Amino acid sequence: MAKLFAVTLLIIAIVSAIPIIRNTWHPMEDISAHGQAIDDQLSETMWEAGISFLASQIILAWFIWKFSGDRPGEKTQKKFPGGAKGLVIAAIVLVGIEVFALGIFGVKAWGAIYFTQPGPDALPIQVQAGQFAFYFRYPGPDGALGPIHADKISEGNQNFFGLDPANDVDSRDDIVTAEMAIPVNKEIRLLMHAKDVSHSFYVPALRIHQDFVPGLDLQLHFTATKVGRYEIVCSQLCGLGHYNMKAYLSVLSQQDYDDWLKKEAAMQ
Amino acid sequence: MHDTAHAGAHHAPTSFIRKHVFSLDHKVIGKQYYGLGLVAVFIGMVLSWLMRIHLAWTNAPIPGLHLLSSAGAPGDVMTPEYYLQVMTMHATFMVFFVLTVAPFAAFGNFFIPIHTGAEDMPFPHFNMMSFWTTFVAFCVMILSFFVADGPTLGGWTQYAPLSAVGKVAGPGQGAGVVIWATSIAIFCVGQLFGSLNFIPNILDLRCKGMSLWRLPLPTWAWFITSCMGLTSFSVLMPACILLILDHVAGTSFFVASNLVINDQLQPHSGGSTLLWQHLFWFFGHPEVYIAIVPGMGIVSHVLITSMRKPMLSHRVLVYSMGALAVLSYMVYGHHMFVSGMNPFSSVLFSFPTLMITIPSTIIVLIWIGSLYGAKIRITSASLFALGFISLFITGGVSGFFLAQPPIQILLHATYFVVAHFHFTMAIAAIFGIFSGTYFWFPKMWGRMMNETLGRIHFWCTFVGVYAIFMPMHYLGLAGNVRRYSSFAPDYMQPLVPVHQFITIAALFTGAVQLIFLYNFFYSKFKGPIAPENPWEATSLEWTIPSPPPHNNFGDVHPVVYHDPYQYGVESSTGDYLMQNSPEQLKSGVINDEP
Amino acid sequence: MATTIPAPPKVEPRRSPLPGSPGNGGFRNLVPSDGNLRAVRDHRPAPSKTGIWVVLAAISMSFAALTSALVVRQGASLDWHHLVLPRVLYFNTLLLLASSFTLELARRRVAAFMGGPRDASLNPSRWLYATSFLGLCFVAGQYAAWLQLRAEGLYLATNPNSSFFYVLTAIHALHVLGGLVGMAHVLRKLGQGSLRRSTLDSFSYYWHFMGILWVYLLLLLWIKL
Repeated sequence: MAKLFAVTLLIIAIVSAIPIIRNTWHPMEDISAHGQAIDDQLSETMWEAGISFLASQIILAWFIWKFSGDRPGEKTQKKFPGGAKGLVIAAIVLVGIEVFALGIFGVKAWGAIYFTQPGPDALPIQVQAGQFAFYFRYPGPDGALGPIHADKISEGNQNFFGLDPANDVDSRDDIVTAEMAIPVNKEIRLLMHAKDVSHSFYVPALRIHQDFVPGLDLQLHFTATKVGRYEIVCSQLCGLGHYNMKAYLSVLSQQDYDDWLKKEAAMQ
Repeated sequence: MHDTAHAGAHHAPTSFIRKHVFSLDHKVIGKQYYGLGLVAVFIGMVLSWLMRIHLAWTNAPIPGLHLLSSAGAPGDVMTPEYYLQVMTMHATFMVFFVLTVAPFAAFGNFFIPIHTGAEDMPFPHFNMMSFWTTFVAFCVMILSFFVADGPTLGGWTQYAPLSAVGKVAGPGQGAGVVIWATSIAIFCVGQLFGSLNFIPNILDLRCKGMSLWRLPLPTWAWFITSCMGLTSFSVLMPACILLILDHVAGTSFFVASNLVINDQLQPHSGGSTLLWQHLFWFFGHPEVYIAIVPGMGIVSHVLITSMRKPMLSHRVLVYSMGALAVLSYMVYGHHMFVSGMNPFSSVLFSFPTLMITIPSTIIVLIWIGSLYGAKIRITSASLFALGFISLFITGGVSGFFLAQPPIQILLHATYFVVAHFHFTMAIAAIFGIFSGTYFWFPKMWGRMMNETLGRIHFWCTFVGVYAIFMPMHYLGLAGNVRRYSSFAPDYMQPLVPVHQFITIAALFTGAVQLIFLYNFFYSKFKGPIAPENPWEATSLEWTIPSPPPHNNFGDVHPVVYHDPYQYGVESSTGDYLMQNSPEQLKSGVINDEP
Repeated sequence: MATTIPAPPKVEPRRSPLPGSPGNGGFRNLVPSDGNLRAVRDHRPAPSKTGIWVVLAAISMSFAALTSALVVRQGASLDWHHLVLPRVLYFNTLLLLASSFTLELARRRVAAFMGGPRDASLNPSRWLYATSFLGLCFVAGQYAAWLQLRAEGLYLATNPNSSFFYVLTAIHALHVLGGLVGMAHVLRKLGQGSLRRSTLDSFSYYWHFMGILWVYLLLLLWIKL
């Protein structure tokens, strides 16, 4: 039975590795300016994790195969060469170096998103997450976003952001949309506002993932490098409609984007 | 004057109530906890079947579901909110009432006094209260299925403000949350009473000759776990109290200003959303180590007996488990990398998280290294123990990805995380429980379990759990977000067949557990009578009758002469030497003291 | 490398360990040569001494969690309104510190009372009753403080300062009441003549801790609120 177990373990390890090796299921193609470092990090980790996984499962299987059952001839039992001390030193040195290196390199990938400031030309777009939809607001020609009045928010009246154009000059030309469109190769400054509970802004292709925090308006910046239509999905449990909370993100050429924005402005 | 040796001693009870219901005997309390864990795991498993069926065939009616909840499943089709409610209860029952109760409270209560050579726990009244408090917590949690809106749907993590604003946030967020938080607060108290007994027993009530290093590995694991429980449950309890106050008393600990739900401006103001997450995860991360460390101790114990040789280093295993416990307090922020906390804090938390790989690796390497040169005896117990090693490796390796903030940008809140914690907690820890059950059943209930059924149980479960949870890694890589009741986004559509495969595997594996249940109950009543030491093992529990008498060791206090793992020696009994045997070996040699 | 096990040292059966000495128990590995285990008395440390530290550790962690909640909440928003602490709190502090003092008086007397002739005038239970009484007065005084805040219109949910005030003082008062239950246990044991030194010591650690914790909370409330 031990030998059967060893073989089963081996098969499971190899079968598990196959979809990874063949890349059957993989992250979406990266369309962001900062995502290469993340993908490199993932790839590096996959190599190290994959080798550790396969090596340890195979050695485990091998030892179970070899060292099961009684071997009456052996009086004293062999000890693993190097004993515990060797293994501890190997673990601390090898694993220590590996994780430390990954940690250090990871700071760079992380910092590209979080420790840099957006440029002065970045296009500001506000996204508001509420049960169970994303809404977007563009500042319009005046370049300024008007204030949000929480007491004026009303889904019934389609006043998603609680704007008061009568009294706030900046709100008058704001463009509110249910879909997000951005020009390709243009830096975007995303202003994140939570209307009710916690939500999250996740666009796998864009390598962006950030929770909304009620009471704290956050800011992210990124640049999309490829035209296409993608999905923004909510990934922080927000209630019964969480599974259905998504919006489309269109990355358009500058011309197409301008056309789109004009069309949206006309519909306000 | 007084005899401290009899701390905790009490006369054998005679009435049925004192013997089996309100018992002060740690063995009965341990079995009561085990029973509670068994009921809870069955509930948790059935809930997981409901979840999996809904995910695979979203619009299909599940026959009879309307009986469980007419509002949640009109026409037997599960609503999205009911899915989330079932999911929350699944996780809550499993994490609290199975993974904390079975490997820690159940086996710990039964075996710590025996392993230390004591008659009972030092504070038997508090110990009894510990079980009954946990039982009350369990009943309160069950109550949430019977309130009008049903149980809470906010996940076992109950993030604010969803959990704190009340009914307006949706179904289940009214009374369901208050019941959840009350139940958990009561549960924390129960566990603290448990730690109150475990720690003094191990430190103060050891028998003659029993130095700390001569304690068996499960007892060390329970000791370390008790220390973690002490310092983490005591943080969750005030957090739950603050949550209840936000909910019913209108305070604003966790709810920020100007929140608009259903077009209604919420009255709360100024609270901190992230505060709940910090408090919860400060408890939450040590909690997952509370779930796994006893399993590590149990598996080590079973492996040593099965391998017929001690571990390469007893001390290294203990130090590593201790290192895991200490580090577990420094890593909790890895659940919050993209939560909106300061991104620099994310970097800070990632380093201890990566470092925690080191003691985990050491433990696995010691296990594998100890297998070298062993003479493994295959039994149901040892199969589950060996399976534990494989599962823990897989779970640990996936953790390696999640420890890094840039990778979490892709994998946070996806099925990759679900795979990771199920491998480490749900399957590895459960395998630890199974291994302990097959190993200790003869001692606890005086009869042998059926070995053939045990092996069938193992094979089907081992292959089954890999089939269920390994594909979830791939789903996560592909961006499949978790806690979705069905998969609406376009890019997730091609992944639904994978979910169907997983569901079939889950239903099959779940059905197989009935073999275990049958084996358990049949053997309890009709199994062959167990001898005192069926596994030819050496620790103190195998020196007393199966099941042990009321005061464990009879009138004689045990004396031990060496560590509990003298295997591979030449003695009058065979290749092992009992811990309480003063026998001078023929060859005059024993294995080194740890 | 494997080692030889030394032969266990011989112990004269007639020599009995002095009371209070470590004897042959705990983690020594001596065994009487005639195998009569009963001749050797076990001396193990009283588990209640360890147990009480377990309890105090858990309580400390709870209040640490509440402290950090307070600090974070204060930083989360600009709605922190200064709260003037009701004066009765300072009086309550004196009551609680006095109760620690009376408890120490009681402890000094117990040893003399338990070991020797029963002189009713030396009965320490009156000091224990005094401690309980002061403890009850403390809780009543805390209640008076809450009434005073209510009179000022400060309820639990009025503002974050008042929320933390009520939560912290209420949880502490609950633990003091729990201590009074422990005191009842001590008094009962004393009345039966079976009070262990360790029980009384452990209880006094708990009670003094309540005092220290209160002083900490008072400082916290005074500085932060």
